[in-house]
Amino acid sequence: MAEGGIPVAIEREPRDGFIVAKLDELASWCRKNSLWPMPFATACCGIELMATGASKHDIARFGAEAFRFSPRQCDLLIVAGRVVMKMLPVMQRIWLQMPEPKWCISMGACASSGGVFDTYAVVQGIDRFLPVDVYVPGCPPRPEQLLQAVMDLQDKVARTGTILGREFQGRESPEGPRSLRGELDPSRQIVAPGNFRSSTRAWSLPTVAGRPGA
Amino acid sequence: MALAKSVAGCDSLIVSGFRDNVRLEVPPAASLEALRKLRSHAGLDLLVDLSAADYLNYPNAVHRYGIWYVLESVETGIRLVVKTWADDPDPRVDSVFDVWRGADWMEREVFDLFGIVFEGHPDLRRILMPDEFSSHPLRKDYPLRGDGERHNFHALSREES
Amino acid sequence: MGLTLADAIAPPDGSGHECQWTLNFGPQHPATHTTLRLVLNLDGEVILKATPDIGFLHSGFEKLGEHLDFNQYVTIVDRMNYVSPVANEIAWHHSVETLLDIKLTPRCQMIRVIFAELMRIHDHLLACGAAALDLGAFTAFLYAFNQRELINDINEWATGQRFHPSYTRVGGLQRDVDDDWIGRVRSFLKGFPAAHADICRLLNRNRIFIDRCKGIGVLTREEAINRSATGPVARASGVVRDLRKNRPYLAYEAIDFDVVCSQDGDCLARYLVRMEEMLESHKIIAWAIENLPSGPVNSNVDDRMVLPNQLSVYRSIEGLIHHFELNMTNRKWQPPVDEVYASTESPNGELGFYIVSNGAPEAWRARTRPPSFIHFSLFPHLAEGHTVSDVAAILGSLNIIAAELDR
Repeated sequence: MAEGGIPVAIEREPRDGFIVAKLDELASWCRKNSLWPMPFATACCGIELMATGASKHDIARFGAEAFRFSPRQCDLLIVAGRVVMKMLPVMQRIWLQMPEPKWCISMGACASSGGVFDTYAVVQGIDRFLPVDVYVPGCPPRPEQLLQAVMDLQDKVARTGTILGREFQGRESPEGPRSLRGELDPSRQIVAPGNFRSSTRAWSLPTVAGRPGA
Repeated sequence: MALAKSVAGCDSLIVSGFRDNVRLEVPPAASLEALRKLRSHAGLDLLVDLSAADYLNYPNAVHRYGIWYVLESVETGIRLVVKTWADDPDPRVDSVFDVWRGADWMEREVFDLFGIVFEGHPDLRRILMPDEFSSHPLRKDYPLRGDGERHNFHALSREES
Repeated sequence: MGLTLADAIAPPDGSGHECQWTLNFGPQHPATHTTLRLVLNLDGEVILKATPDIGFLHSGFEKLGEHLDFNQYVTIVDRMNYVSPVANEIAWHHSVETLLDIKLTPRCQMIRVIFAELMRIHDHLLACGAAALDLGAFTAFLYAFNQRELINDINEWATGQRFHPSYTRVGGLQRDVDDDWIGRVRSFLKGFPAAHADICRLLNRNRIFIDRCKGIGVLTREEAINRSATGPVARASGVVRDLRKNRPYLAYEAIDFDVVCSQDGDCLARYLVRMEEMLESHKIIAWAIENLPSGPVNSNVDDRMVLPNQLSVYRSIEGLIHHFELNMTNRKWQPPVDEVYASTESPNGELGFYIVSNGAPEAWRARTRPPSFIHFSLFPHLAEGHTVSDVAAILGSLNIIAAELDR
């Protein structure tokens, strides 16, 4: 049994050729070695993401070179770059469109915390609005750092398991710093998400818990 | 310099220079005519830049908003900066959309970030901020970190994804 | 004003359009140009009207420029045209040095020229690689990225960072380069023509590539000038204008190179102009690296514009005073109370900064003249009458960098 592989049991005299292993571990092993990223590349980190996919730092070694641009076919959302408040509902809609099991890597300082851009337009960390699994610091992170993040995510997938949606166990409330929505005095909240004619809003999609958007 | 002044044909002009920029200040009522003449007669056919600044609390400022047009001639390489101004309330300037089509988006950006209305522009709406945003961010009285708009979104948790 | 996007995307009037429908392209889409959105009014597959919707990466750069001083804002300016970072820094500090009237040393000028041309190759490699990728040519993209990795290594050798090095400072550079760096640049120069020839062999006479690019998105010379196009986009339409020749800055006056232009103005012309400009940049770097002047890289420390080196700060009282004068928040530079516009020929076009100063070390207003913003406004004009499949070709040829588009 190779190191890093899943434990299997092989019969001493394999007349019938059975290999026994846990279903959970088999499923996790398959899923972690073929993570298909959804490259949500907004800014400079997107270029380093492309460089990670290029030949020198090859993300294909980890089974993750299939950058499918349709969220319906991906299981890993890599948010590479700063997310602006105009883009945030788009990102949330894409997250909702991804089928489970799915994970999220927040790549770079801007996606993790707003980075250098502490301004009126940039969301100070996507984990305020989206559940994140792995954070990659750096501005921009080196491709090796992103590969390390993918490897850490693979460990996480193997550890938490994915059968029966176990990756959701115990994660019922938003993680990361609490959104400041609701903590701000209403008189200081100028932009009310009330004009839904623009198609970049995620409010019209039904949510699992049946909670309305507002 | 003298050529530009004569071509623009306006009486109340101020001409100045700083480093290698030659600057011409024109009152807003005459700006469209002056710019049109500069393009047709002085051959300044390339609009390099169009933008504005908010001079609230600037030393020795007379008007609140200054709008500049950086013009250049492709043939001769002469560069000229034309400046005009606008004031609160209701800052308005004539649009140069018909003179240079490149002014299309540049004027929309100035409208979005400063609130200066360009009369005669066919499609003046916000370009960088969301449509429902209600402030003009680059004004000096708008804070750097905003008024809470960037936090005003719904947080998705794992269970509802 | 009351107008919204819904008003702008109303389909054009006119009968005879049987299969009229609206397609939303973006802001998340496979074309590698990140966050821009197009709403296309189509008749079957033919584009009747294309309405761009931008602002999905607007991060408030210009507002930040009013709060950060001249040496701090260079880190932000780096992140504008993120495929050629040092070119933005050179443009920013060119404007600041014009405002402060600082003269650079010959060595600094030549090193900045080398970096500017390396960044030109960097940007054009990505532009051509991404344009090819959008049309399906993945191998050209990989070849281009391989060369870009070598340039990233050169960046790292000089500054410590592959990307966004924030290398320039007011009046000089962060640090000088050494002989190992010169050796690296030479070895890059040796290997580059072969890689360039590989990409040319893949694409220049490729039937599919030519069919998809030739005659698509034609921009005439008058339109290019009227719509403020600059850089390779304008030169491919016949506008012979290159700021390195027309308004020489840094050490360009002494260097012999050609300005690459074309007369066709279509996507193929823009691609070919970029490919040829890379070879011209190669020529410039080859000359510059052999004729690198010796001497200090920062301008005169006594002018109190440039930080002195660390040894003199710790060992001499003058160095300590100069360091103090430039770092304490109530001192630093005292620019004149005036405004100036200065621009450089960045790989994407004319990148200039209009700086309004009120005497403080932070700019009162630091406006970027963004080439990508202006080139994207060309898109509705270029795309009309073409089909949906030409959208990727036209977008790829314009080289829109979203961070420069939105700032």
